Amino acid sequence: MRDALPLVWREIPERYNLIGSTCENCKQEFFPQRLICPNCRRKGNLVPKKMPDEGKIFSFTQVHSGAKGFENETPYTLAIVEMPNGVRVLGHIVDAQPEKIEIGTKVKAVFRRIFAEGEEGIIAYGFKFKVAD
Amino acid sequence: MRSVSVIGVGMSKFGERWDASFRQLVAEAGIMALKDSKIDGSAIQAVFGGCMASGRFLGQEHIGALIVDQLGLNPIASTRLEAACASGSVAFRSGIMAVASGMYDMVAVGGVEKMTEVSVEDAATALGGAGDQEWELFQGATFPALYALMARRHMKEYGTTEEQMALCAVKNHENGSKNPYAQYQNKITLETAMNSAVIASPLKLFDCSPISDGAAVAILCETSKAKKICEQPIEIIASAQASDTLALAQRKSLTELNATKVAAKQAFEQAKLKPKDIQTAEVHDCFTIAEIMAVEDLGFFEKGKAGKAIEAGETKLNSAISVNTSGGLKACGHPVGATGVKQIVEAVWQLRGQGGQRQANGVEHALTHNVGGSGATATVHIFKRA
Repeated sequence: MRDALPLVWREIPERYNLIGSTCENCKQEFFPQRLICPNCRRKGNLVPKKMPDEGKIFSFTQVHSGAKGFENETPYTLAIVEMPNGVRVLGHIVDAQPEKIEIGTKVKAVFRRIFAEGEEGIIAYGFKFKVAD
Repeated sequence: MRSVSVIGVGMSKFGERWDASFRQLVAEAGIMALKDSKIDGSAIQAVFGGCMASGRFLGQEHIGALIVDQLGLNPIASTRLEAACASGSVAFRSGIMAVASGMYDMVAVGGVEKMTEVSVEDAATALGGAGDQEWELFQGATFPALYALMARRHMKEYGTTEEQMALCAVKNHENGSKNPYAQYQNKITLETAMNSAVIASPLKLFDCSPISDGAAVAILCETSKAKKICEQPIEIIASAQASDTLALAQRKSLTELNATKVAAKQAFEQAKLKPKDIQTAEVHDCFTIAEIMAVEDLGFFEKGKAGKAIEAGETKLNSAISVNTSGGLKACGHPVGATGVKQIVEAVWQLRGQGGQRQANGVEHALTHNVGGSGATATVHIFKRA
């Protein structure tokens, strides 16, 4: 269903490098990027900002009934990760035994393949998270 | 603004309706609502239809035109509205606004979805469209996973247990067993729910609402006119809707739906009522944790206390508040576009005393609460006898 090359290609800088936005007026940071600051609207000015590449697990789930395209890695762990700047993002937790994963566990962002469209289709890359040593 | 009342309701049997097509479901609910209202179809001036993803489920769009055609109401205006699983109640609000404004005196509102003609995987993918496709579904999130992330936080912050969540499903199946229109009319035990397969931990199969087919229709009329042509019109005394971030991760809290809180506050102000004045509520239990959060966010229980209240049986039929007398989304079924209107059908039946075996006692005010996606849209409506 994601046979949309532009969708995968368009967000590359944000998705590969965790580039979000920060509002020069209220200083709040956002990921993914926004064009309008929801706090300041017209008075705000959003500029690109690299997000921290580490954070803590805010919530998590082991997905046993996986999404289409993720059959090979099911069951997998998804988490909402909170970064030190307060920004939260959703992503996979990889390379960790489920018992090591708790709310509060420190993780760091890693560059990974997200899914592939069949054997000859496009491969989507992005960030996942790995338990920090 | 003019007062608006419901003068007729109808719904198809919900379930895996392989016997009926999309348009047959619409007609089944529409004919029942028209008969119930005792008006002639020619009195209806416009149609508003809620439907989430017929393009994904059936390859059929242009649902406004399909509905008005099937109801035999051409050439009046007909419009489709989409707000994921809140499509039905958002269409209902449009109907209210059209009559309240004076543009029309009488309109029909429908909600419909036919989800079982594609595989479960394709249905899940279509439902994923209710979330943030580019940033959350892209990452492998499913709807059970999003609600599981909320459930985990609720357990952490308030000590809510998996048993308390499962008890919502047990209670809703109990209610559904008394509803001839429900998809599941079987009772279940706590053990069955707790032992069901894990879908996205901590949520199990019985924490999840099913994939369903169904339609529901309501006929709306300006209240003073309604009193002349209808034996027992049901007045809409509040209609509120609010929004939140599409992405779950961007919410300030994972243990509440702010859109529900905002809509509820507005609705209670409009109705000049407090949560304790409501006897029966149809709330959006797409997952059991959603019912727990809903009864807190609507103000029936303090934040963090709903798990214990449910355990104590305080949301059962004829307890402190009768929640989801229809069986809710869990047992009555959840044809996404139809759910919001179905909740209103149940509220009307409860206020008229037509709830059959699941009739709550002394219903003066009924509330309906419908959510789109993981809470990016929420609506609240309150009703009383006109």
